[in-house]
Amino acid sequence: MTTSVITPEEIIKTGTVVFKKTENINSVPLSYCPGCGHGVVHRLIMEVVEEMGITADTIGVAPVGCSVLAYEFMNIDMQQAAHGRAPAVATGIKRVFPNKYVFTYQGDGDLAAIGTAETIHACNRGENIVIIFVNNGIYGMTGGQMAPTTLEGMKSSTSPYGRDVHTAGYPLKITEMVAMLPGVCYATRQAVHKPTLVNKTKRAIQKAFENQRDNKGTSIVEVLINCNSGWKMTPEQANIWLEENMAVYFPLGDIKK
Amino acid sequence: MEDVKLMKGNEALAEAAIRAGVDAYFGYPITPQSEVIEYLMAQRPENRTGMVVLQAESEVAAINMVYGAAGAGKKVMTSSSSPGISLKLEGISYIAGAELPCLIVNVMRGGPGLGTIQPSQADYFQAVKGGGHGDYRLIVLAPSTVQEMADFVDKSFKLAFKYRNPVMILADGAIGQMMEKVYLPDAKPRLTDDELIEKYDSWATTGRKNGRKQNIITSLNLKSEKQEVHNLDLQAKYKRIEENETESEEIHCEDADYIMVAFGTSARICQKVIQIGREKGMKLGLIRPITLWPYPSKTIAKYAGKVKGFISVEMNAGQMVEDVRLAVDGKTPVIHYGRMGGMIATPGEVLTAVENHLKTL
Repeated sequence: MTTSVITPEEIIKTGTVVFKKTENINSVPLSYCPGCGHGVVHRLIMEVVEEMGITADTIGVAPVGCSVLAYEFMNIDMQQAAHGRAPAVATGIKRVFPNKYVFTYQGDGDLAAIGTAETIHACNRGENIVIIFVNNGIYGMTGGQMAPTTLEGMKSSTSPYGRDVHTAGYPLKITEMVAMLPGVCYATRQAVHKPTLVNKTKRAIQKAFENQRDNKGTSIVEVLINCNSGWKMTPEQANIWLEENMAVYFPLGDIKK
Repeated sequence: MEDVKLMKGNEALAEAAIRAGVDAYFGYPITPQSEVIEYLMAQRPENRTGMVVLQAESEVAAINMVYGAAGAGKKVMTSSSSPGISLKLEGISYIAGAELPCLIVNVMRGGPGLGTIQPSQADYFQAVKGGGHGDYRLIVLAPSTVQEMADFVDKSFKLAFKYRNPVMILADGAIGQMMEKVYLPDAKPRLTDDELIEKYDSWATTGRKNGRKQNIITSLNLKSEKQEVHNLDLQAKYKRIEENETESEEIHCEDADYIMVAFGTSARICQKVIQIGREKGMKLGLIRPITLWPYPSKTIAKYAGKVKGFISVEMNAGQMVEDVRLAVDGKTPVIHYGRMGGMIATPGEVLTAVENHLKTL
């Protein structure tokens, strides 16, 4: 009996393509660790931008941290902001280009520690922008230090015996905080470690961009992702840990809509 | 008809900004320059020209809003005073690194720390030697009249866009607060978005239209080889600026045997010193740097070895005097006279300092 081998070319031929990388993601290797969620979130944003037909009108702001090079992966006009200042940079862009779509892409250290003031005040002004807040509970790029969202008891290189809330304070639920502000029209927390959750996250990102189109104010989409290298776990272990710990303290779902 | 008004320096600068077709101002109140944002808000510039005026939550946020809007190719400015400028330095370094055109106004007050709200020139080093991290230069203009507060706005933006470099107007509290007659410049319209895209689409984040390559505003180069090339490019640009944009005023220098060097308010005082000194038969001259960076070293060097001495008159402990000494290169004695803490020297004090110096020469 002979087995027929299907070549990649046959799979890719027109008509059988079921998934294609959006043109808005550049064809370069991502700098993220295997198993990290950043790549998925990048793709979802760029798919939404492509599907809404707003590629030529979208300007992104990249932060300091693992996603500092987001502009090398997302094929749109982008600015790289100083650490924590992305919401101020986005404010500057949006105020002079009110008809463009402007979003920030920020990690937890960037958004919830050094950039807390910029985050809260951009939200409080109801800046008509989208904030994508990627929360992995740790400083990934600098080598696994404690973040404002590091869970109680969680080990990091600057909390080697676990986060002690009596000396280091409590993990910050900043999305819940800004949801209280009248300028924020949409605040949600999502995750991307399961296909169903990926789809939900994409819908949330789309809703956020639609809010911007409709001039509704600030939308913040928090996405929980693992940092398997920072957490010192395999990607699979990290996803399980995320679900059993991160998603308990930071519950998934809409906070304000 | 000429548009002549009696205005404060801060207000003249704000009015000139609207007339220069500035797209956006982002600022945070601080004495002695709060009149800039107050004047702009009162003028409803959104109705006059469509200019955006926003009071940010901090100087840090304001300078980063400038970064964003400048990266979009717009004509953007901020203003502050000494402690506020210290807060902006991170953003200024990023703006210099990303090569964004913009205007930063510093109406100096006395320091260090919270210091005083009275006039000072103690941020000279901060303005001309860097201030923020990394090898960068600001083009620094020093107004000495309310008229120059108005005139330097458009001049700053021309330089900023010509070189894609941040420009600073380094004034002091006296120039900001005092009222003088000012001939206001003619108003010119803001660029439309189509005009802006035509001019700056090669680098500004205006949206990746019609299949053009993406534009990226960043100061980051993870590879050292690439960063060094960027540093060399910046240095080459700074050299071009030094060659083409250095500006100063020489007052009674042609027959002078002693020269004062001063900028801003100090230069105004020195003009009075010339008058009093000449009445007493002293042949005094003044070199007034208009650009503090690039510094008019060549102008000063012309007189080195020819006059008996130089005095650098500043409202600080002696900062610009270092640049005067570098220009003079040991050929002639150079001293400094200054007051600090918001105190302003009288012409009599300066003249005494000159006379005492002359006795030693």
